[in-house]
This record gives sequence, C-alpha cells and structure tokens, in this order.
Amino acid sequence: MFSARDEILARIRAIDRPSAAPIPRDYERTRTVADPLDLLDERVADYKAIVHRVTEAEVPDSIGECLARRSVSTVAVPADVPPRWRVPSVTWVPDDPPLPLGELDTVDGVLTGCAVAIAETGTIVLDAGVAQGRRILSLVPDYHLCVVRADQVSVSVPEALARLEPGRPLTFISGPSATSDIELDRVEGVHGPRTLEVLIVG
Amino acid sequence: MGGRNPVTWLGSPVFPKAAREALTDTQLRRNLRKATTTIRTKRAGVVAELDDWERLRVAGEAVKDDVLANLDTYLVRLEEAVTARGGVVHWARDAEEANRIVLDLVRAEGTDEVVKVKSMATAEIGLNEALEAGGVKAVETDLAELIVQLGDDRPSHILVPAIHRNRAEIRDIFRKKMAEEPASDEPPDLAEAARKHLRRKFLSAKVAISGANFAVADTGSIVVVESEGNGRMCLTLPETLITVMGIEKLVPSWQDLEVFLQLLPRSSTAERMNPYTSVWSGVTPGDGPRKFHLVLLDNGRTATLADEVGRQALRCIRCSACLNVCPVYERTGGQAYGSVYPGPIGAILAPQLVDDPHDEQAASLPYASSLCGACYEVCPVRINIPEVLTHLRAEAVQAKGKRTPEAIAMAAAAWVFGDAKRYEAAQKAGSLSRLLARDGRIKRLPGPGAKWTDSRDAPAVPKESFRAWWRKNRVQRP
Amino acid sequence: MSAPRVALFATCLTDTLYPDTGKAVVRLLERLGCDVDFPLAQTCCGQMHFNTGYQEHAKPLARDYAEVFGGYDYVVAPSGSCGGMVREIHPDLCGTSPAVERTYELSEFLVDVLGLTDVGAYFPHRVTYHPTCHSLRMLGVGEKPLDLLRAVKGLELVELPQAEQCCGFGGTFALKNAETSTAMLADKMRCVQDTGAQVLSAGDNSCLMHIGGGLSRLRTGVQTVHLAEILASTEEEPWAAATR
Repeated sequence: MFSARDEILARIRAIDRPSAAPIPRDYERTRTVADPLDLLDERVADYKAIVHRVTEAEVPDSIGECLARRSVSTVAVPADVPPRWRVPSVTWVPDDPPLPLGELDTVDGVLTGCAVAIAETGTIVLDAGVAQGRRILSLVPDYHLCVVRADQVSVSVPEALARLEPGRPLTFISGPSATSDIELDRVEGVHGPRTLEVLIVG
Repeated sequence: MGGRNPVTWLGSPVFPKAAREALTDTQLRRNLRKATTTIRTKRAGVVAELDDWERLRVAGEAVKDDVLANLDTYLVRLEEAVTARGGVVHWARDAEEANRIVLDLVRAEGTDEVVKVKSMATAEIGLNEALEAGGVKAVETDLAELIVQLGDDRPSHILVPAIHRNRAEIRDIFRKKMAEEPASDEPPDLAEAARKHLRRKFLSAKVAISGANFAVADTGSIVVVESEGNGRMCLTLPETLITVMGIEKLVPSWQDLEVFLQLLPRSSTAERMNPYTSVWSGVTPGDGPRKFHLVLLDNGRTATLADEVGRQALRCIRCSACLNVCPVYERTGGQAYGSVYPGPIGAILAPQLVDDPHDEQAASLPYASSLCGACYEVCPVRINIPEVLTHLRAEAVQAKGKRTPEAIAMAAAAWVFGDAKRYEAAQKAGSLSRLLARDGRIKRLPGPGAKWTDSRDAPAVPKESFRAWWRKNRVQRP
Repeated sequence: MSAPRVALFATCLTDTLYPDTGKAVVRLLERLGCDVDFPLAQTCCGQMHFNTGYQEHAKPLARDYAEVFGGYDYVVAPSGSCGGMVREIHPDLCGTSPAVERTYELSEFLVDVLGLTDVGAYFPHRVTYHPTCHSLRMLGVGEKPLDLLRAVKGLELVELPQAEQCCGFGGTFALKNAETSTAMLADKMRCVQDTGAQVLSAGDNSCLMHIGGGLSRLRTGVQTVHLAEILASTEEEPWAAATR
C-alpha cells in the first residue's frame, strides 16, 4: 500500500505542469521618504498605539514616565535589556528563570526592545533576540512598552524581511491587538496587549 | 479513505434556491451592504498608497505559479526543513485522513479540549465535527469563529465568518452562551466579553490547532497572519501545536514573503499590516510549543492542479477581497454558496475540490456570477475568476449531456446563428412577439422568458431589424 | 488620406431589438468621415453560448466572425460586452485574426482611433451614465464614454452613484439566478433614480435592456438611450425616441 505521502507526490508528478517563468521582481525594494522615523511615528500611531520620539539619553526617563502615567507597578522584562532601562520606580520581574505563565498573567506590563521596525506599515518585529525575550513575554501582559532604535528602522517590507533570520521565532506587531470581526469595523483590544506604547530613539 | 468531501455542506440546496431564501432576509442584506461597503472603500485607499501594486500582483501570481509548477519539489523541501527543526510532518490525502491524524495526535496528549486559531483548511475538512465525534471539544478563539460556534451557525465569509451578524445579534448570542454577559452591543464591549470568555482556556490549553497562511519551503517557516492575538496565544502557550495546511500554501523562499506580506493585509482587512503575524520554524527550545506537527492536506487540490484552466484557483491566499466586491455575494451572503468557501473564489474552488461533476449543488456554483469581473480586478494573485467560471460551466454542461432542454435550445440557437439567412428568417419570425406587446413593451413572456418578465418589461421586437433597414436603404441593387 | 473602411458589428441584440442604435452608429461614423459597411453575413459573437458553458457552439461563431470582418480597416461594435468577447475570448477559441485585432468598442474607436472627444453632438437632456462591466473591466475603456458625453452640447451629465456595480444582467444569469439578478437591478435602479436624470445611457444595449426593462416596469419615466444615439443626435437632426 502507498503511504499518503507517496500517493500525493505521485498525483502531483502525474500532472503535466508547465515550467514556471522567472519571477518578475520589479516592484519597489524601498521607497523614498523624507524621514523614516517620522513615517514610522505616523504609521504606528495610526493603529492607535502611543508613540514618543526620544533621544538615547532620554530613554530611561521616558520609560519611567510612560510606566508612571499608566500606574504600572510590576513590569516583566527580558533579562538582557540594557540595565539603565530598568528605572527604579517600578518592580521589575525579569524572565530569568522563565516566569511561570500564571505569574506572567499577573504583571501589569512588559518592556522589550525589538529586532526591526517597518516604517511604511508601522510594524515592529521581535525575533526573540537581545532585549526581546520569549514570544509569550510580549503577549500575555496587557500593556507592552517597546523601545525602537533608529538603526533598527527599515522603510519597506522587503528591506525589513531581508534583515530578519527566518529560523528564529518572529512576531510582527502592528499596533495593539484588534479585530474587524464585528461589521468589518476595526476596534482595538482583544487578546493581545490592549495598549502598545512605542519609544522611537533618535 | 474517501467518502464525501465536507468542503460543501451536506444537504445544501442549489445556489439559485439558497439565494432566493437568503434574499428575503432584509437584515442580512443590510448587514452585508454595510460591511462590504466599509471594507471596499478602505481597501481601495490602502491599495492606492502603493504605486507598485500591479507589479506586486504580477509577482504574487508568478511566485504561486512557480509553487504549482514545482509543488512536489517544494513539498519535499518543506518536509525536510520542518523535520530538521524538530517538527513532525504528516500527509493526508483527504478530509477523513487529516481528521484522523489530528484526532490521534490530540488523544496522544491526553486532553479532551483544544484551542483553535481560525483556519480555512480545518473548516474545509470539518475538523471540529470530527473531533467532537471523537470526544474532543474544539474551542474556536477567533472572535468571528467564536460567534459562529456559539450561535450554532455556519460561516458566511472567509475572513469574517460572522459578517452576516450585526452587533445586536452578536450581543444576543454572547448573552445566551457566556457566563458573563457583554456590557453592551458596542464592539469594544463585545471584544472584551470574548477576551474574558477565552482567557482561562488559553492559559490552560495543552494542545492548539492552527492553519497556515504561508509555509516557506526553504526554511520550514510557517506564517500565521491574524489580528486579535488569539493566534499568538494558540501558537505559543500550549505544549503541542498542530498545524493543518493545504499543500498549495507554500512559497519557495523567505524573500517571497516580501510580496505576500504586502498583498495580503491590504487586500484582506484593508490595513497596511495586520496587527500580528507569527513566524516559526519547527520547535524553538524554551520558546513556545515543545511539539510541532504539520499536516499537509490534499483533499481535492491535486485534482484541481490537474485542470489546466482551473488550477489558478490554487494561487488563492484567502484574502476575501473578491467576496467584498462581488455584487452577488453582497446580496445573497455567504451561506447560500453551501460551502466554507463562499463568493467568487468559492464558486470556482469548492466545485473543483468536490471534484464530482454530478454534484448538482457544486455544479450550480459557477453560475452564481454575472461575470462582471470585479473579483479579478481586486485579486492580489490575479486569479482570472471569470475565466475559470466559464470553464467550469462548460464542464457542468458536459456532465449534463446534450438532452437537457437548455442544451437543445442552445444547439438550436447555434444552428440559427451559424447562417445569416437562417438568422434573418428567425428575426422575422421573432417579430411575431409584437403580438404580446403594448406600448412597445412586453409585460409577460411565455416559457423561460417569464423569469425575465417577473420583474422587468421586455422590449417588443421592432417592425424592422437593423439589417432589414440596411438592406432597404444601403445595399445597392444591381 | 482616403476614408477608413469601417465595418459595423451591430451585435445580434442591437440588430434584432435596437435598430435605432445601429442606424445611429452609421450616421455618426459617416458624419465623422468613415466609409461604413454592414457585412450582412454577420450574426452573433457567441458570447451567450460561451458564457453559459457551450463553448463548442461558440467556436464556429468566432471563426465566422474572423472571416466576415477580415477585410476592413476597423470593426466597430456598439457594445463593450460583445467587443470584449471578440477581443478577449475569440483568440482563446480559434486564435487571433486581423478582424479580432481591429475590433473596437465605439467609444474606443472615437477616442483612440479617430482622436475625438467632441463629435459635434447635441442632446439637451439630463443624463446619467452606467459604465457597464465589460467596457470597464474587459476592455478598460475608462473615462472615454464620459469624455464623449461631457463634450455633447446641451447635455447635463450627472454622476451615477456606485456606477461600477453590475446591473445584474449577466446574460443567462438573469434567468438562472433571476432573484439575485433582480436584487442587483433594484439597487441599480435606485441609484439611477437618485440622480434625477431623465435619461440613462450606456455603451451596451444588453445592460440597457435590463435596467430599462426594470425602469419601465416601475413606470419611472426614465428613458434608456444608447451612447451612440446621443452622439449621433445633432441640432439639425435631434434624437427621437424609438417607435416600435
């Protein structure tokens, strides 16, 4: 008896298929924009995320202000975020050793960095690399504060994908959790973090 | 193995009959008009932002054609890549086989409840029903799927299966089925109710089941595109993840995603990018599920691939843009199509997956179109839906044979048109219908023409055809 | 330069049911300096057969078309739908031919070949225009018919809401899915009536027969007039409603 695998492959091979033509990749690899950071700012905000532009030196203070404004007191954090991000005003809950799910569900928020951001689509990509942690870290808490450095910003989708390593677990985040399932009208806030706040550095 | 393909629902009436019933539902008409009008306008806006949109469409079409041309190669490559990264690949010839594989995998984990990410492939094979028959409860976590599941309803749209429900109806369903009822019928309150209802299930689930929007053959990466975060919950919290995907969902390389991650969100939810896209490759120690199973599903796809014209339907990335612009879909809704794949793409995909020319319901679907072409115009992978519709109509005609009243009438008409003299004689005979006319119009035609005059007057045949006039006035007699 | 030899492909529907449209095309094209012929051997492009699934009956009709219209400089059809059938489908049925390559829908011929938008017409009425699906999407005529109408003296052009939505005709679709077709028609008629136009025009008598049949049933008083008849109308010889 043939296995399903053999049979499906045999079915495909029995079909007379034309050889494919080369793929025309004459679409834009990047786009000309005056200032990618301005565009990222505008496009992230379009999703009803909160965006701030800060200098490198202002990052710790801004983190403190964001957390204070939301009255956040316990914040999960990947163990390898820059130490100066961990401002003294809140209780930091580092994910080392890995936090049990139940505990992660009780923190007020999470602070991470990112791998890449896409200005044109207002997207932040996390790849579980430095300052980002496991995927569930930026998922379970209801508030996500994310720091994006200028050198992480790509203008277009093709540019951004070229900078990513597909073998890593990747999460593309464009604004807070949302749904269009009721009358095809977008509302923010379902299962993922209902508030996304972004600090663009540079 | 074998049996009926559950892609169409058992006992569904043929399309014209189902449509007739649906058209009497004025609430449905209002809901659909509002929703499709909203999304059409938004889509046009975000598509217009990209001046290379047409080039992206052409690239998307070419990538998918490459996948279909080399499907065997890419499937084997995907299998190798997923296996190398700690995943387990299964193959399923049809719905029944896929359902059995999944049920066995779930049972092996010793659980009787699974959480599900919205997935067309699992809806197509009737996985929830099969799991239930096997004693496993499948909890839909996508908001629209949840509305359908809690309402004991059927889906009516590819992207938004509950598009036929408005906010008041959704509130009523939630009131009946949830421990804590929603605060109001405002969408944010309904979303909040769903969040509370599902939270505990996410945190305790052992097994999740998903579909896949794309799978990258080179790297073994699977891509799920979503909005609410229910997908991320299912893809990262449980210890075991089972993904069911149609064999055509491949892209050859990572770079190819740069095309589809632009085409899909703008065509689908009319956003520059959907809120969340997850990409994973096999198993990552310490991050996400410890076991990953990938079920590759045929279920009529190889039969579709064998059809030279019809195979382009396999390019589909399930964006549902064609539904949102279709004038037929907008009026009948999705359930009239009797399949999880409604609208223009459903009208060409469902009959091909069913692959039975004598299935009357499936054979009625390619006729559920005025061939206006709006679907082709918006399709991000340029599926020429009208072309496939007429091709499948020809197959349906062939299956019915030459003795149907329609086939006899068509043969007679062809005979008349085949010769200008016969044609002219028929024009003259046709002017007898003037006897039916008053004031130049006919209010009731006999026979099949009555279908016309039920709601429209028919023009009386004029005293003189154009060619009679031409002959009289312009043809120089020797 | 001698006058271009233009064959009128009247289409079976216009030939049989709407002779005034055919006469209008002749008048218009002759006024614009064309040498117009109507080859009497023409019948039908095969669209009804093809679209209903009877491709084997459509094939000989497509072959006949190539033969009948082969010897002209241009072939002009007062129909986007039949023009689309010829240009887009005939090559698949029996290969391309000079006749197919030289076939134009009326507005395309006027604008692209003759290079005209003002054809010297006069039509003192409030008009709205339904663009018809196949003109729009198979042939891509775009704004050409509207540009022609805007240049007509005395004509007040009012925009049709949701103009690009199908009227629900679709050939045998109107019979096979009569209720759905009627629902589409109802919405189209509402849009037409919302414009307050006295005349609904289009480049295709099949759609006009459908919408007009509905408007007549409801006794709306809105007249349906083919684009060719508007463009043929002049101050000296103004358009008059058909008598049947």
